[in-house]
Formats: sequence, structure tokens, C-alpha cells
Amino acid sequence: MSDIGASRKVAIPGLTDGRFDIARILLEGRAFFALIAIIIVFSILSPVYFSVNNFLIMSSHVAIFGLLAIGMLLVILTGGIDLSVGSVLALAGVVAGALMQGVAFESLGFTAYPPVWVVAILTCLVGAFVGLVNGVLIAFFKVPAFVATLGLLYVARGVALLMTNGLTYNNLGGREALGNTGFDWLGFNRLFGIPIGVIVLAVVAVIAMLILKRTAFGRWIYSTGGNARAAELSGVPVRGVTIAVYVLSGICSAIAGLVLSSQLTSAGPTAGQTYELTAIAAVVVGGAALSGGRGRVGGTLLGAFVIGFLADGLVIIGVSTYWQTVFTGAVIVLAVLLNSIQYRSGGRKPSGSGTPPSPQAKAKE
Amino acid sequence: MTAAREYAMGEVVLSARDVAKSFGNIHALKGVNFDVHKGQVTTLFGENGAGKSTLMKILSGVMKPTSGEIILDGEPVTFASSTDARDRGVSIIHQELSLAPNLSVRDNIFMGREIKGRAGGIDYAEEERQTRLLMEELEEDIDPLTMVEDLRLGQQQIVEIARALSVNSRILIMDEPTSALSASEVEVLFSVIHDLKSRGVSIVYISHHLEEALQITDHAVVLRDGSMTARAPRSEIDLEWIVHNMVGEGFDLGSPPVGHTMGEAALSIENLCVPDKVNPERLLVDKVSIDVKAGEIVCIYGLMGAGRTELMECVAGRLQETSGTIRLNGREMNGLSIAGRIAEGLVLVPEDRQRDGLVQTMSVGQNLSLASIGAFTKGLFTSKKREGDIVTGSIRNVHIKTDGGEAPITSLSGGNQQKVVIGKMLATEPKAVLLDEPSRGIDIGAKAEVFRLLAEGAKRGLAVLFTTSEVGECLSIAHRIIVMRRGTIAAEFGPDTTKEAIMAASGESKAAA
Repeated sequence: MSDIGASRKVAIPGLTDGRFDIARILLEGRAFFALIAIIIVFSILSPVYFSVNNFLIMSSHVAIFGLLAIGMLLVILTGGIDLSVGSVLALAGVVAGALMQGVAFESLGFTAYPPVWVVAILTCLVGAFVGLVNGVLIAFFKVPAFVATLGLLYVARGVALLMTNGLTYNNLGGREALGNTGFDWLGFNRLFGIPIGVIVLAVVAVIAMLILKRTAFGRWIYSTGGNARAAELSGVPVRGVTIAVYVLSGICSAIAGLVLSSQLTSAGPTAGQTYELTAIAAVVVGGAALSGGRGRVGGTLLGAFVIGFLADGLVIIGVSTYWQTVFTGAVIVLAVLLNSIQYRSGGRKPSGSGTPPSPQAKAKE
Repeated sequence: MTAAREYAMGEVVLSARDVAKSFGNIHALKGVNFDVHKGQVTTLFGENGAGKSTLMKILSGVMKPTSGEIILDGEPVTFASSTDARDRGVSIIHQELSLAPNLSVRDNIFMGREIKGRAGGIDYAEEERQTRLLMEELEEDIDPLTMVEDLRLGQQQIVEIARALSVNSRILIMDEPTSALSASEVEVLFSVIHDLKSRGVSIVYISHHLEEALQITDHAVVLRDGSMTARAPRSEIDLEWIVHNMVGEGFDLGSPPVGHTMGEAALSIENLCVPDKVNPERLLVDKVSIDVKAGEIVCIYGLMGAGRTELMECVAGRLQETSGTIRLNGREMNGLSIAGRIAEGLVLVPEDRQRDGLVQTMSVGQNLSLASIGAFTKGLFTSKKREGDIVTGSIRNVHIKTDGGEAPITSLSGGNQQKVVIGKMLATEPKAVLLDEPSRGIDIGAKAEVFRLLAEGAKRGLAVLFTTSEVGECLSIAHRIIVMRRGTIAAEFGPDTTKEAIMAASGESKAAA
């Protein structure tokens, strides 16, 4: 209940003096300024960092995290969490890999080689199915989101390992004769010089933005996370919304799995471990509240870029991976700290009382 | 108005001097003086929202006053926290008990201040001995090793009292201690209170059951709208005096709208039963039948636990009924989801607007349009313009004072927030509207405005069913007043009844019971 008065500071412009406004702009645009700072610092430290080509390469790395993070954002906006995204990414890659090897129908005595677009759709369906299981467990069986998706984290990873016996599919190219070539297009080709993975991220981001800003479903997502009880009493189908966001998160993970295995030209069952944490970090760095109801696609994208550009920059200047881990962790903690400053309800002192008074920022009566 | 007149009887141990408390623009307490006399019971009377709980929280250190001071044994004090107040001898027993049901009586009593044993562990034997001693003093046969969850509510209350005594509390604040107790448990509690008095413990008592409180009290203090309206020793007062001072002459909250024709029964509730979630044997709403005509305003009055909220939530579709039917204009509503009922025109304005009414993270406009998104969605996308029309229309129709739809909902005062919740449901163009305590926690001016809105709605043919726990509100715009008591309908009155008759029927005073 302590975040009730939260968005106040953000949404009442012009009440404060100029100096405080600057502080506020810095606070609100923190992900953006952090990204600029990262770019400046690494450009000074390394001569190769600041180039269009490097930015594009880094962006195609960011695409993976970005796709996961957008799905994660939808879930977090409803007040949930999805820990299964990294495993779903790996499962999706393995499913795609298996489909590319051909599906043998032994009783009929022939092997089907589905074209790449069919593989992509089937893979997304697998992701959607995992999300559906998550959503039903959470919405209908009242399993806490943390536990349900933690379970699916293990199950999805286990299924991926079982399918390949722990091995990796290295041949994803397909064969001209079988009509299933083109899988590497996602990861390697460029459209107008931009990697396809980045374009996929952009398209998914635009769709997510439209959903959140312009559809009833988007409003339902925000209201479910803001106050599920009030949303339900206003006629919002809270359970349906909950299931839908996990399904969408599953689909986003599957797309990320496709892009990643295409980039690597291999699909392994151990891909994407701990990516769920990176995705959560991107959402948090992007200013969303883990308690739900607050967050934007733009912020999440910035968050993904901050984390991606920081990690790649550290690699480029040759910092050890151990230090990279430390830096990334520090950035995440800092982001959460700033979030709590932004969402703290101004002058109201936290009282030990269980009954919060109706917060009156600027009452008009 | 509240000149400090000291009573000859009983030394004052704790007092509040000009204590005021504001939450933003809401003044919950407006300069109250209050004395607690040594070894006596002081009862605080007042309607919901009069400021009783706020005053108790200030006296017990849970909240700090905005202005004014607390005087303990003649010295001004500032309680840093409720723990600090407890250390100085002031304990509060909340209406919702604060015991850990999974621990034993002994562990609860010594929770947070365990007696250390020799090896650095807990000296369970000593704790048990002291617990036994406390129970003997209270003449209660409760074994220290019983789990609290196995105790009846009345016994749990005794454990709370024992815990307060174990820290040498000299002043004990009891907030509605009898609301969940059976008659025999109340007797036990009262004998414990007598016993405490004889040991010099001072008691502050709050209860809605006026007659019960009169049995036990030595002093009465009445609060209304955050001010003290009267105080007197027991010998000078009676029930009428309390009721009169509690409700006062009152503010004109309007009268039942007339001059429009009422239609057929729009909302028709028949033999509705709603069970207790924990104990399905017990019915919270027991065979209740109510008809509300189009254009009619019906008020349901009842004490806490009378089943008003459960009735409302069941009709709106949140709680599942075990039997009975709900019809709107002849169409059966049973089995429809909340959204389905809203679409049919049956809407609820919930009791707790922070918990159930508002989405605090959204703007005023987004809150107002939340229940009618369908009305401004064309194809896939919402229409900003049509949403804007709905929002500005609602802001105008229900007179919300705001900077505009973009303002955060938390920037509004309580009364305006309530109007947002009402406006949100009215924007769905309902046929019947249920309002659970629509006047809770809003000031008198906003109350009058909310009631005027309801009267206007009724004139346009809306069926209105609202609940209240303030008897004064029954006698305002309602065409009919239904009194609920323990899940059943106890009485029904026309608009020309009296406050006393309503209170008697509700069980607040036993005279007519």
C-alpha cells in the first residue's frame, strides 16, 4: 500500500522550481541518460566502440534480451513474473532445430520437411503453450507466479534436454532439395543494412506499444497490475488477462529462441540460461515497477540497450567476465534504487499503521 | 466548545489536548480534548468516520497527531511508535486481534520479548509460569501451551489482554472488543474489565453497541465529524443523550426525490443466501429478499457484521450465493460474471474505495473509463476522442474537482475519489446501482453531493440500493429503509421513521430487540 501516492510527482508538471525539474528529468529519463553515458564512456575507452557497424552488432545481441524483456514487461505490468523465459527460449530453439531435421512419420514411411515459416509458427505455438500452462496455474489454481514459472523453468529446460539428449543441433541450414532453407535469414540477413533480429524486435515492440496504449486489453493489463480487485469489480476479465500475458511472454521467448538459434546457426538445450534474470533486469532498469501497473515499452527497450551495450562494451575494452557480472549487478541494484525513489509517495512518511490514510497530494476541495 | 472541565472523580492519567489529525485535506480530528481516568472506563462514542479510531491510534502511538499534545501522568509525551507507547504503559487491543494463530498462548504473550534462559535460549518454563499466573489473575482457564488457533474468539481476546497486562499496561485501549463475541463471552470480558479497574488499570472503550457500553462505562465522550460534541460521567447520561450527541441535528442530506413515476421492480433479490467462506455452515446473508423499483432509492442499515457488504458483493457477482435468485428487469443474473452483470446494467460501487474502487497507478480519466472501455473501442483500438468525451462527461456529471482527466487519481480528495468510483460505474449507463457505504470516509459536503447524485439518478429511472452504518443517512434520500441484523432483514421503514426506531431494530440498543 505504500506506493499509493506514487505517480503524483511525475504527472503534475510545473509545480516545482526549475532546479528540481532538472533533477526530475534526470530521474525520469535515467535509462536514456545511462545509455548515453555508457556510449560516451566506452567510445572514449575504445576506438572501435563508436561505429555504426559495432552498434548494429551490439543491437542484434540486444534483440534477444529485448524480445524476452517485452514479454516480461507485459507479465510484470500485471504484477506477475515469468522466470521460464530463458528455458522457453532454449526449448523453442531445440523444437525449431528438430523440425528442421525433418519430422519422420514412421508408420507412413516418409519424413516431412516443413518449410521455415511453418517451423517458426509451430515454435511460437510451443512457446504459447508453455505460457498457457503458466497462466492457467497462476490464474485458476492460484499458484504464485514465482513458483509456477520457476517450475516451468525446470520443465521446459528438461524437455529441451530430453529432446536432444543434451546435444546441440548444428545443422539448421536446411537443403534446397527439401525446400526448407532460409532459417539463417533471421540471424544473418540484413534489411536496409539492419540485422533482421533488430527489425523483429522493433516490430514486436511496436505491436506491444499499440496493445498497451491503444487497446482495451492494454488498459486491462495496467488495471490488473494496478489493483486487481478494483479491475475485477469494474468488469475487467482479470483471469483472462493474466493468462494472456503469460501466453504472449511465451511467444516472445519463442521468437527470441528462433532469432538466437539462427544467429548461432545451432540450437542447444542449454541456451539462454539466466536470460530470465537479464530480461527482468531490463524491465526494471526501464523504470517499470515490479509491483505492477507501471512501465512502458520504450523504457524496457532502453533498459535492454543499457544492459546489452554495457555488457558488450566491457567485452570490447577487455574487462574480465567476472567484473562484467559485478557491473551488471550494480547497474540493476542502482536501477531498482532509483525506481523506489521515483515511485515513493513524496512527503508522506511511512507510518507503521496498517490503515493508510487516503493520500492527498493536492486535494482540490 | 470543549473547555477543559476536569471531573472531580478519578485522577487523569492520560489525556489529549487539542489533538488534530489531517490526512491531506481531510480533517479526521479537529482539536479534540480527551481524558482517561485512573481505574475507570471511558467510552468513546461516535458514528463511523467520526474520528474514534484515529484518536485511539494517536493515543496508542500508532499515529502521530498533526497538532496538539498527549499528556501522560501530567507530562507531555510523544510516542515514537506503538511499542514506545506500550513500554510507557499504554496498550491497544485492535478489533482485528494481532495474535499469531500458529503459536501457543505462551509464545504469543512473550512474542518479541522472550525471557532469556541461561544458555542464551528461551526460558520456556519461566514464560509458562508467568502465563499461568496471568491466566489465574484473569480467572481464565486457558492452558499456556494451547495453540491460539484452537481458542474461541473470546478467549483469544483474553490472551490479548493478558499480553497487555504482562507488560504492566496501566492504560488499555479496546477497539470494539465485543463485536465478535457471544453474549456469555461478553459477560466474561466485562468481569475481566471490572477486575482490571479494581487493580487501577484505566480503560478506553469503543463500541457500536451502545447499551452494552453503557453497562460498563464510567465516562462517556462523544465524537462527531472529528470534534468532541459532549462528555459526561455515567451518572448524568442515558442512551438518548448518546444518540442525540452522536448524530446531532445533522446536515441536510436531502430528502427522497418525488415527482417521478416509479416503474416495476428493476432489481429483485429473492431468498438470497451467502455463506461464510471459513465456515460454510454459517450464513452471512440468510434468505434476504429485496425489490428495488426503477426510480426508487432503498437504504440498508446495519451494524458491522450484519451482512450488508456480503449481500452487495453477492448481487454484484463477486461472492457466490448458495441459494436464491437475483433478477434485473426480469432477467436472471445468477451465474453471470461481474463483467456480464455490468453489461446487463447491474453495477456495484464497493465499500473500500482504496482497495476495491480505484486503480491507484492510473489517472483520473483512466479510472473513470475503466468500466466502459467497450464503449470507446472501435474494432481493435480505443478511440482517444470518444474516451475523452466519456471522461469529460463524467467529470462534469458527477462534479469531480480535478485538473482534468490526466491528473493522477491520488491527487484527489477522498470525496472526489469516491465520485470517480461512482462516475466510473454510472458511465456504464446502468439500470440498477448498488453502493456499499458510499459516504464512508468523505466529508459532509461531499456526502450531500453524492446523495444528490443518487437522487438525480433515481429521477432518471435508476434503481438505487445503498448501505450505510450512519443512521442519519438513512433518513435522507431513501424511499425505504431496510434494517439488516445478523444476515437477515430485521425491519423495514418508510422515510418518516425515527433514528431511534432504526437503531433499535439493528440491535444497537436492546430496547426493542
